[in-house]
Amino acid sequence: MADRSRLCTVWLGSETGILKGVSVTRKQAFNFCNTSHLSRDQEVRALCWGDPAESEVLVGSVDGTVKTFSTEKGQFTDSRRCGGPADGGFTGLALCGAALVTCGECGTLRVWREDSSEPALELSAGNNVCRMRQSPVHRDRVATGGKDNGLKIWDLQKPDAPLFTAKNLRDDWLDLRRPHWVRDLAFIPDSDKVVTCTGYHQVHVFDPSSPQRRPVLEVEYGEYPLTALSLPAGGSTVVVGNTHGQIALLDLRKGVVRGCLKGLAGGVRGLQCHPTLPVVASCGLDRFLRIHSLEDRTLLHKVYLKSRLNCVLLASRDLEDGRGAAGEGGSQEVKEEEEGGEDEVWDTMERVEEKPKRKTTEEEEEELQKKKKSKKKRKKGQD
Amino acid sequence: EFMHLKFYSKKKKNKKPKKKSPEGNAESSGVEKEEEKMEKSEPGAAAFPPTFSVSEIKNKQRRHLMFMKFKQEKRKQKMQLKKKKKKEREALGDKAPPKEVPKTIENQRVFDETMVDPEDEEVAFDEATDEFSAYFNGLTNPKVLITTSDRPRGRTVRFCEQLATVIPNAHVYYRRGLALKRVIPQCVARNFTYLMVINEDRKMPNGMVLCHLPDGPTAHFKISSVRLRKEMKRRGKDPTEHSPEVILNNFSTRLGHSIGRLFAALFPQDPQFVGRQVATFHNQRDFIFFRFHRYIFKNEKKVGIQELGPRFTLKLRSLQKGTFDSKFGEYEWVLKVSNFSLRRQKSCDKETN
Repeated sequence: MADRSRLCTVWLGSETGILKGVSVTRKQAFNFCNTSHLSRDQEVRALCWGDPAESEVLVGSVDGTVKTFSTEKGQFTDSRRCGGPADGGFTGLALCGAALVTCGECGTLRVWREDSSEPALELSAGNNVCRMRQSPVHRDRVATGGKDNGLKIWDLQKPDAPLFTAKNLRDDWLDLRRPHWVRDLAFIPDSDKVVTCTGYHQVHVFDPSSPQRRPVLEVEYGEYPLTALSLPAGGSTVVVGNTHGQIALLDLRKGVVRGCLKGLAGGVRGLQCHPTLPVVASCGLDRFLRIHSLEDRTLLHKVYLKSRLNCVLLASRDLEDGRGAAGEGGSQEVKEEEEGGEDEVWDTMERVEEKPKRKTTEEEEEELQKKKKSKKKRKKGQD
Repeated sequence: EFMHLKFYSKKKKNKKPKKKSPEGNAESSGVEKEEEKMEKSEPGAAAFPPTFSVSEIKNKQRRHLMFMKFKQEKRKQKMQLKKKKKKEREALGDKAPPKEVPKTIENQRVFDETMVDPEDEEVAFDEATDEFSAYFNGLTNPKVLITTSDRPRGRTVRFCEQLATVIPNAHVYYRRGLALKRVIPQCVARNFTYLMVINEDRKMPNGMVLCHLPDGPTAHFKISSVRLRKEMKRRGKDPTEHSPEVILNNFSTRLGHSIGRLFAALFPQDPQFVGRQVATFHNQRDFIFFRFHRYIFKNEKKVGIQELGPRFTLKLRSLQKGTFDSKFGEYEWVLKVSNFSLRRQKSCDKETN
């Protein structure tokens, strides 16, 4: 069990309650399950890394339990009860120092300390919260958003009022109130800004440092609700997915669609960009994990996992890397600058080996594709 | 009359006027005298410039004749090649290499990785706890509401009536322009388990929305080739009130399983069959064929069947999780033409190899 879990570079939570680890190099998926019999109320709703070294995964289920899974040992080590099924499923899990921050669909945001079973802090973020995320820079700031519930940024040290409440868009040309439904959000690194995607196929960028509480930038994509969002390393683009299975790369500077990733046939439930590589993993209702390259928008890997998938988590280490050494300490949300001293170690050790490997596999793939193309072209008439 | 003559002249003298036009560009030769010889030689051989193509001739009739000639030449060459190969094969006798298998669509198909293994526990658990579990555990009986899009025409109305005779416990209602999202809570309140909406276009049924009611998946199909009872040849008498048996063929991928269960839950479960009627949903290459028959066993090995009832083909366009909500619902599978390729035609079908 332990060696299997160490191989896995991508972790996914499914609707049946199984935590799946996928090793991309071997194209194998492993199931890790807590109980001997499965049940639907163990449905995994939120995943997050339990520690900066990425050796533990926190799994939040519908019935309100948060389980800790150790990737080193390959089994579930701990389970805590954080709220009940009446809260709805978890919409966000985050780790703030030693404390666990959870948020349920009913809107109650709770901070749990290690020892006690009562929340140390509890605040209400409105009703129908769809997503809660933690800022990678300021670890005690979290943002929440939901249906008819605008973006609110909270500071956990001062829980009385949110730091920033977003205002709804201006009324439309009939003077009717615009409907508002934040489905997913992310903090843009290197700045205070927050990017959200809505159920009305809009992507908004909010800037708390500016006096304007309305969105600074608005981009529309498609005709279906956008369900998932992720920021690749770089900071000027965003990847969004909608319920129809369309994933698009949007440019945040101009507000324009850069391109679409093809292949998904079902609604996108989870999207995650790798912190360093230009690669994005997507999972959804069609029971596949797909890994696309962001540069040329091609499908790199596709793995069939038998249940509908709710959330995906990528390890910071290289996807192709089979045996992971100690993690570089990057968080899952955004590339972190903590890599500092270990960079030299990585440079000398592994990169030299991997470049030729990756080149040859890519070259081989290209050659194969070219051969296939030339075989397919059959000239029927003279020219 | 003038035109008639002109045509004759072209046929008999075979490209005397045509050769003048390309020859204008090429090096001059005593072409007019050597016409007869030129006819027999290859068209692209002597005097045409190398970049000449049949499509550059502006005159349609001349171009057509040149093209026909070109095709004949090609056919001739192909026959010669074939004869040669056959001779070689006979000459070698036993040592001849084995005949090559031609590529067909069925041959080139890629194995679908979502094929369900019958012993897979995870899939078994998924199916045991999905929205159809109440039906498959015997807790609910199906009750179907059949309706159409607004203001249906005669053909669709008759189709719905015939469907209601095929599916037991089905009720046909007139649509009256009601919104489906408002119809659904009322159906749930009256214990319906299925809502079937036949969409009509240009007086023909062309789409079907099948929504499993409490909170179940909604499938949207495209209907084609509808044959009503009057149009069927050699059909039996009208179906009786007995519940039919259900045959589901080839629903072997994961998506196929979901759709198969969707169809199976339309009919009441009764292991002791009473009537001799059977409804078949046969899935082949992503098309689902529906047939309704009555069978009779003449002896142990022979069965006689009569086709009754309507027949139609369905093609799945989208499967949405949750009840009908095309704008804000989450889709489990959407037919996308960009994902389609003949080699990977896979959505519900099993790999025939």
